[in-house]
Amino acid sequence: MNPKPNKGAGKRMALVDGIEKVTGRARYTADLFAPEALVGRIYRSPYAHAEIISIDIEAALALPGVVAIITGDCCDVPYGILPVAQNEFPLARDRVRYFGEPVAAVAAVDEATAAAALRLIRMNVRELPVYTDTESARAPDAVLLHENKKGNLERQVHNEFGDTAAGFAEADLVREDSFQCAEIAHAQMEPHAAMAAYDVQRDQLTLHSVTQVPYYVHLTLAACMRLDASRIRVIKPFVGGGFGARVETLNFEVVCALLARAAGGTVRMKLTREETFLTHRGRPESTIRVKLGMKNDGRVTACEMEMTMRGGAYGGYGIVTILYAGALLNGLYDIPAVKYDGYRVYSNTPPCGAMRGHGTVNTRFAFEALMESMARELGLDSVEVRRRNLLVAPTDTINGLKIMSYGLGECLDKVEQASGWRERIGKLPPGRGLGVACSHFVSGSAKPVHWTGEPHATIILKLDFDAGITILTGASDIGQGSSTIVTQAIVEVLGVDYNRVRVVANDSAITPKDNGSYSSRVTFMVGNAAIDAAENLKKLLMAAAARRLQVEPELVECLGEAYIVTGQPERSVGFNDVAAEALVDTGTLMVKGTYTCPVEFQGGKQKGGAVGSTMGFSYAASVVEVSVDQELGTVKVEKVWTALDCGFAINPLSVEGQVQGAVWMGMGQGLCEETVYGKDGKHAAASMLEYRVPTFVESPDIEVFIVETIDPNGPFGAKEASEGPLAGMPAAIAAAVQNATGVKINELPLTADRVLEAISVHKRGAARAKPLATTKEKEIA
Amino acid sequence: MKTVIATKINGLARHDAVADNLLLIDYLRETLNLTGAKQGCDGGECGACTVLVDGVPRLSCLTLAASVAGRHVETVESLVQNGRLSALQNAFNEKLGTQCGFCTPGMIMTAEALLRANPDPSVEQIRAALSGNLCRCTGYVKIIESVQAAACACAGHKEGACA
Repeated sequence: MNPKPNKGAGKRMALVDGIEKVTGRARYTADLFAPEALVGRIYRSPYAHAEIISIDIEAALALPGVVAIITGDCCDVPYGILPVAQNEFPLARDRVRYFGEPVAAVAAVDEATAAAALRLIRMNVRELPVYTDTESARAPDAVLLHENKKGNLERQVHNEFGDTAAGFAEADLVREDSFQCAEIAHAQMEPHAAMAAYDVQRDQLTLHSVTQVPYYVHLTLAACMRLDASRIRVIKPFVGGGFGARVETLNFEVVCALLARAAGGTVRMKLTREETFLTHRGRPESTIRVKLGMKNDGRVTACEMEMTMRGGAYGGYGIVTILYAGALLNGLYDIPAVKYDGYRVYSNTPPCGAMRGHGTVNTRFAFEALMESMARELGLDSVEVRRRNLLVAPTDTINGLKIMSYGLGECLDKVEQASGWRERIGKLPPGRGLGVACSHFVSGSAKPVHWTGEPHATIILKLDFDAGITILTGASDIGQGSSTIVTQAIVEVLGVDYNRVRVVANDSAITPKDNGSYSSRVTFMVGNAAIDAAENLKKLLMAAAARRLQVEPELVECLGEAYIVTGQPERSVGFNDVAAEALVDTGTLMVKGTYTCPVEFQGGKQKGGAVGSTMGFSYAASVVEVSVDQELGTVKVEKVWTALDCGFAINPLSVEGQVQGAVWMGMGQGLCEETVYGKDGKHAAASMLEYRVPTFVESPDIEVFIVETIDPNGPFGAKEASEGPLAGMPAAIAAAVQNATGVKINELPLTADRVLEAISVHKRGAARAKPLATTKEKEIA
Repeated sequence: MKTVIATKINGLARHDAVADNLLLIDYLRETLNLTGAKQGCDGGECGACTVLVDGVPRLSCLTLAASVAGRHVETVESLVQNGRLSALQNAFNEKLGTQCGFCTPGMIMTAEALLRANPDPSVEQIRAALSGNLCRCTGYVKIIESVQAAACACAGHKEGACA
């Protein structure tokens, strides 16, 4: 017996499902077969905006081998992730609002028949004007995409915390600048897929899907199909990445289920990569105007931001995104006054949604970039100016967010030192540059989307005759390692060996409800629920051990695989015997643990104040080194140093992996990623060639430093580690490019053509590629 | 039209009637139930379907099944020998070269071909060899470390000796 303290939390270990992944045994949705399954395919609108007059499916239906065809008639219940913004149908009714919107669906005996059937479907329409930019969508005479949304505005947000006028008056320097961020997509490696089996005799549905949020999918299926939720079973197999693409119910999931019911059997639906891009839910194109007031010493006195997002054709998470973008102006630095005006605009492009760093990334780019240029103007060092604005935890922000732990200062120290910042900044050869930026993110939204009154997370532990512990969890492992973290938390508390524990996840018939993998909530909330469950089980095991050892429970010490009488290790009983004792008179143990974010953490009183609220923020600082080919305009990121305050690293290996992935994704947004639509609304980059993600060749070494502030409420002190480091990257890259070339670029991504254009304009003597909307200046006192 | 092809799949001889337009990826996945190779794109863009044909990495989504007649196809499922993970599989697992795992089989097969040809590749050689395989989770850093660790293990060194 070898008692090993901390063999759970803090252990650098492989994923509990890693072997399945490296051997090819891991089954993803598209790897599931059913011999009887029909092939499901979706007919998509060839128009970006049109009134549907009729849909002709007769010829397709007559094709031998076609079993069922459904259209918008099959479902008149609108859905959407936010209860206040449900305006989407699984298949379009009356009107299509983006190119590629699902209009009809076919179930056929094989791929070829399904494809042939799609070619026979005809759509008769009256075309409407197509709005692919926010300006035309907001024009006074524009056709409304949704009748109840005047000016094609899904939501506008106006709020001011503190006195910004006084803040700007107090400033020594006031500057205002404009920024543009291209729309980007998650491009998770696994294309969308679903398999639906409809049991006609029992009126029961089983859906396998690629979702991050099986619970929301379950609710949506029940609503859209007018089927009791108890007749539905949702299973999430292995999922090949999400990054937010799958944090709401997606049309194909409902379509697949409706098709299975119509066909009276099983339908397997694999979307192409092009269809996966069209399903979208990515980060919206954003036009940003930001104004900052700064003292000569670098302290920010006030911030004002106007954010306009092109949201796409339907609501989705849009309201949350536009609120996040304003709320997360707060919580990173100590800013006494913040004013925010946000506009979420409908357009005839695929719906945007949540993407890693939800709402904060484009806000952060604009803020950090302006802070950078003001620091330059005041002759301040870029790292130092950020130090001047640090918060002191614990504190409440002006918009009602609580900050319980805060390691940003230490993050800055780490990356400044590791990158040799002080020795190297300003001394690099032409074409080489350094840049720095900071960012933060929530560890789970403290208020769930649905206010049901249930705990925010639930874990069940099953201990049975075999003395094995089965973790039942609804938390969705999408590759981020949530099942591993939950396992480590339980092993830490119980001290048992890993081979005694297994995870069963994401089957609504078996596992407890979980709100899903979004807003980086799982480690914090499900981790805390896991600790609670393990402690509850441990109490039962301690009592059982005491009976076996014939001592009072207070005298029993848990060594994990054995229990002993304190101070008398020779009086010991093994785990198997303790488990058997624990089952006497009661049988199989099912022990529950829960976690709920207290109400005081659920945000400010203002409308939308829950958005941005969390139990704990992660904090990150990154230094980026770039080289710029001034003849070609190409930017190469040579090296990244990132420090993350994740509270406590339950699995340091996993934290490193999450940080590297987040930083790299931020780099992709900074350098090359961009969805592109034609004036007709057609997606011009719906493939992995045209939508450029960085390859091995363009990707740098990313050195990670973990800062542990031990959050008072986090599981073992942990906070999130997957999203916070992303948002600083675009600004850090832009700053490094400016350091390398003297050219400031306010438009993402920094593709070679944009950089080259900026360099040539710079060479011709103009200060900027584009004149600023307004520049207000104040004498430096 | 269907043609009967004789192939060796993961060391085992097979005779199958395959349609002339059947892609190798669909033959492997749908006919043989070898679902390790993944379809991540609409053709030749992501590398997730990479398998070895006579030891050379090939995109199975751009290869006709009929064209592998008389050849040896190796998929990720072949790498476990006598119950032991291969050096690459072990390293990808231990070093977190896999997160969601979707790109992993293709990534490992491309790396397998690299290490057979070049047992001691430099970082630049690893980057070049794997540049046709996309990953969206890792930022590639730990994949490179995994390939290096596997090369080191294959050379019979203890962990860390080749750092």
